[in-house]
Amino acid sequence: MKITREEVEHVANLARLELHPEEIGKITAQLDTILRYAAKLDELETENVPPTAHVSGQGNVFREDEVKPSLAREKALANSSSQNGEAFVVPRIIS
Amino acid sequence: MEPYTLTLCEARKLLDQGDITAVRLAESILGRIRAVEHRIKSFITLRDETAIMALAEEADRLREKGEGGILCGLPIAVKDVLCTTTMRTTCGSKMLEHFLPPYDATVIEKLDAAGAVLLGKLAMDEFAMGSTSENCAFGVPENPWRPGYITGGSSGGSAACVAAGESLATLGSDTGGSIRQPASLCGVVGMKPTYGRVSRYGLVAFASSLDQVGPLTRDVSDCALMMNVISGHDPRDSTSVDTPAPDYVSMLQDGLRGVRVGVPAEYFGDGLDREVERVVRAGIAMLADAGAKIVEVSLPYTPYCVAAYYLIAPAEASSNLARYDGVRYGFRDTQAGSLLDMYRRSRSAGFGDEVKRRILIGTYALSAGYYDAYYKKASQVRTLLRDDFARVFRDCDLIASPVTPTPAWKIGDRADDPLAVYLSDILTISANLAGIPGMSVPAGFSGDGLPVGIQLQAAHFREDILLRAAWNLEQRAGVRGILPAVVEQ
Repeated sequence: MKITREEVEHVANLARLELHPEEIGKITAQLDTILRYAAKLDELETENVPPTAHVSGQGNVFREDEVKPSLAREKALANSSSQNGEAFVVPRIIS
Repeated sequence: MEPYTLTLCEARKLLDQGDITAVRLAESILGRIRAVEHRIKSFITLRDETAIMALAEEADRLREKGEGGILCGLPIAVKDVLCTTTMRTTCGSKMLEHFLPPYDATVIEKLDAAGAVLLGKLAMDEFAMGSTSENCAFGVPENPWRPGYITGGSSGGSAACVAAGESLATLGSDTGGSIRQPASLCGVVGMKPTYGRVSRYGLVAFASSLDQVGPLTRDVSDCALMMNVISGHDPRDSTSVDTPAPDYVSMLQDGLRGVRVGVPAEYFGDGLDREVERVVRAGIAMLADAGAKIVEVSLPYTPYCVAAYYLIAPAEASSNLARYDGVRYGFRDTQAGSLLDMYRRSRSAGFGDEVKRRILIGTYALSAGYYDAYYKKASQVRTLLRDDFARVFRDCDLIASPVTPTPAWKIGDRADDPLAVYLSDILTISANLAGIPGMSVPAGFSGDGLPVGIQLQAAHFREDILLRAAWNLEQRAGVRGILPAVVEQ
């Protein structure tokens, strides 16, 4: 096995996903199949190959640090299912 | 002749001559949508009819005054992955079922400025993850050439909509083939531009180093026209490239004399359907007939593209989709007692299975202890794939190949086998990893009547040569602008 049930549970926790106990077996098997296939890359010697992260060939893009109009607060809050007109409201973090 | 059967360029000409009005065109399109949409299901959100007619009336007023942009009065629909302030933007996900974006995507602003009549938002695989459009939370679109069969994906709604005559043109997005593959399976023209050619501002992110917006149209001239509208630098997308876009329409009809077309052996390997190969080989012969020189080329790293892609794209997705935490937008489980519980429950209820699968693979590939073995390794193989193309484009000007190994299949047939679906992307993925432009052009039909496209790929920013080759192919293939006989209501 490339990936175990325990690893899937660990990764799900990192990704903030909750998996039903009965679906973990199926997902583990599917991920295992995919990772086994990905192991195909090990056939290639890449020790001296630089990795590619982006392809446009551009460097940093700079701009002047100018104040410009930004999203109005009511617009920024409009899609939240819980807000009080000033901020997003979430369950209490510090008790 | 019903106006909905027109191409974009034909309709534009008739509008310019005063032989038709934008109102008449919109009525015809709406009539066609009413007649076939129940079978095709290409829309997630169809705009209110009165809003559509008001836009058409405004277009007619502008035209009477001799004003209006180059798409003035032309009906166009877009994939539901592009932010629109006038319509919700769901990305085919329960997570964003009620999301009304606070701004328009740059390409939407460009369509508006050009005077297009925006019809609605089109079905897609959830967050553009899929190759069949079956992972859409709001209904699965069906292939207009054979309802019950997949449209391809993830821009399946965008391809089906154009193919069925429900819109004159559409926009899609392509991260690993999501424009070209459904275009091929539905018999329309689709282009993935060079990475950086079209702004991604307001395109909901899937894999940011691979995503690109592009058009799906009924013929090649329409594709060129749409590219003229949407291309160009955008300061709001720092990856968009600051080189002027040429006029793609004006260069279409130049011949192919002196153009070298490479045919890569690796794209004609095991698993390629015989009918697809027959149609594509015939298409390549047509390019030769138009004056092109056919040369054999080799892209030896092609067999590794799927493995590299299905680590890199999920890795980027797992990072991009971390933003859906239920706080600022998207679905929230309001019953959760703690913040952590709220994150977990909101994400677990909001995302579908394929999206969860990819978030898990991506998180795993980026996690401590596995980063070097998976993500870094895949990024190094990405370099090898890029180098493959750079080398080949010294010997040829463009590459011709199949788009997909098979024609469309029956909805549900590969539903329990994610890897089998991933492997169907093997011919389109490399272009995204390398950032080069690619397109699918209808070339014919399989023996049992399903559309087959031919894929053309070129070096960065050579959309012009792709369009030229595509136009010359279209002149000879004899399938331009054919609409399927969808059984109406």
